[in-house]
Amino acid sequence: MVKLAEWRGKEIFRKYGVPLPRGHVVRSPSEVAHALRTAEIPLPCVIKAQVLAGGRGKGGAVRFASSIAEAEEATRAILALEFKGEKVREVLIEEKLPIEKELYVSLTLDRSRRLPLAMASAQGGVEIENVEESAIVRVFVDPFPGLVGYERRQLVQALGVTGAVAKSVDALLTQLWRIFLEEDAELVEINPLAVVGDHVVALDAKVIIEDDASFRHPEFSDVRDDRTPLEEIAREKEIAFVQLDGNIGVIANGAGLTMATLDVLAEFGGKPGVFLDLGGTDDPKKVTEAFLLMAQAKPSAVFLNIFGGVTRCDTVATGLVEAMRQVPAAERFPLVARIRGNNEAEGVAILRAAGITSLSDLKESVQAVVAASGVGA
Amino acid sequence: MTVLIDKDTRILVQGITGHQGTVHARNMNAFGAQVVAGATPGKGGQEVEGVPVFDSVAAAVQKTGANASCIFVPAPFAKDAYLEAVDAGIPLSVIVTEHIPFHDMLTMYHYGRSRGSRIIGPNCPGIAAPGKSKVGIIPNVVFRPGRVGVVSRSGTLTYEIVNGIKERGLGQSTCLGLGGDPVVGTSFVDALPLFEQDPETDLIVLVGEIGGTAEEDAADYIGRRVTKPVVAYVAGRSAPPGKRMGHAGAIIARGKGTADSKLAALRAVGAHVATFPYEIPALVEQFLPKASGR
Repeated sequence: MVKLAEWRGKEIFRKYGVPLPRGHVVRSPSEVAHALRTAEIPLPCVIKAQVLAGGRGKGGAVRFASSIAEAEEATRAILALEFKGEKVREVLIEEKLPIEKELYVSLTLDRSRRLPLAMASAQGGVEIENVEESAIVRVFVDPFPGLVGYERRQLVQALGVTGAVAKSVDALLTQLWRIFLEEDAELVEINPLAVVGDHVVALDAKVIIEDDASFRHPEFSDVRDDRTPLEEIAREKEIAFVQLDGNIGVIANGAGLTMATLDVLAEFGGKPGVFLDLGGTDDPKKVTEAFLLMAQAKPSAVFLNIFGGVTRCDTVATGLVEAMRQVPAAERFPLVARIRGNNEAEGVAILRAAGITSLSDLKESVQAVVAASGVGA
Repeated sequence: MTVLIDKDTRILVQGITGHQGTVHARNMNAFGAQVVAGATPGKGGQEVEGVPVFDSVAAAVQKTGANASCIFVPAPFAKDAYLEAVDAGIPLSVIVTEHIPFHDMLTMYHYGRSRGSRIIGPNCPGIAAPGKSKVGIIPNVVFRPGRVGVVSRSGTLTYEIVNGIKERGLGQSTCLGLGGDPVVGTSFVDALPLFEQDPETDLIVLVGEIGGTAEEDAADYIGRRVTKPVVAYVAGRSAPPGKRMGHAGAIIARGKGTADSKLAALRAVGAHVATFPYEIPALVEQFLPKASGR
């Protein structure tokens, strides 16, 4: 998930002609006066923290200013914030518009129907989850003709707008559809979409680009997601790595097996701290790399649960033994391994020869690692 | 024909000249499947694993009568590979490739559907019917012919469960791995009628995961249309909301897609729910109809 900050979402909007307030992004109070001048932002203006979490208005991350000095002060205050655990690095300064009405529109994917889903509601400005169902209109869009005229009219009607405003929404919906397709978005959301005079303006922009499409979008490669530093390294090495709150490391292959392993661990009182999904690999080096990454997370014990299908058990065992050799003695941790499937006997023999606990029953293995972690002992 | 494939299924491997394509073409043949052709643009005329390679799918179909394809082509080119298979008249494609953008999958799914083609996957282990055929990458060693049908969103977890069924002395009719991506060609709801109608399946094991509503949709279908016993398991009950658990489908977003809601829906329609994967073989043994050949 490549979640774009509001200002980056709005850069995309601008490219497609979506009407926006005049605005400029700044990274320090000293840039404020220049930004107001170059973007011709009139006073009073709005100053908004560029963070991914919602609820900025209530959380003090959006302020208003009626002079340059006030705008600089508000920028300074917001840049000093840590909003819901996220450090504020950028601030968006925009003109304050006379809003007559706040609406909601979005495009996303409906997985069950395997269709793009367009949603509209006349009740914008609040989280869509808090809007009653009867106030939301959903249109499922066939990707082949795309979002067609009568579907756009349905959405416009749901917003309760007419005349010139309706026309401007209709044009906007076509722009959003193009963004959804051409930018490989999994979400394009405008909330609120403001009615200002005879047209609509996107006051906010929420755009999420799909990870799997990143090969088509090198322009987003610098966007940092809400990953921890270790998660970031793992991403570069193409290893699925997720940090949780506990102290036991879990290495498995395949998302389903990884989750099932965590479920069994939790059942027996273990607290998973990191999970690492090896995926399918027949390269012992990748196993070693993954294991050393796990070591950096400083787990109190590690459980390796591999079912060898594509992956061969002896490959995993060889990589594991090599990794254990590379971990300095002072940083070693108890390890329980369960490797089953392809070349199982060879894999188990390699592990046992290296003195690594190797069990075949899942429940027994989990109990062993929980005991070793010092939690359930 | 059992579920989707049988002894006469003639398999084309798209991307056979790559490492994965070659290895799995060999494994499919070793399982008793008929891999009749490979396709890689620019490599026509070669032979891989004793199988002729063609430049195009149309040529492969014309020369070998291939009627199913297994796609190992890298994600940026997978859409093109599948559309080529559809246009050559292939009615079934198993897509093993992972990380295909869902926008590509939307095009593939709707295009294929309008032309009578079915996708299994993407990012899936495929389909295997022991003693008959296999299209995909499920390891050969976990199987034993029998009467249990398995349908799953997982990969390795499926192997583990199928293996557990074998170790219990039971066997499988067909095992179908759907893949865990946000957009899949065949969902539980699409697959369940195939197992319900299959005369060789007496019990269905359904292996789900957190995220999305595929299991809830499956429960609804089971309640209305499935008469065979169903044993169900859902992975990810301990997963925290908002964390993506390995692949794109497995995420609890906005309180939706939790294991609890899925398990409750499945229980409500009479499915026998396993809390942990190692409970599945015993439940299968308990509820497999006694008259069954097992």
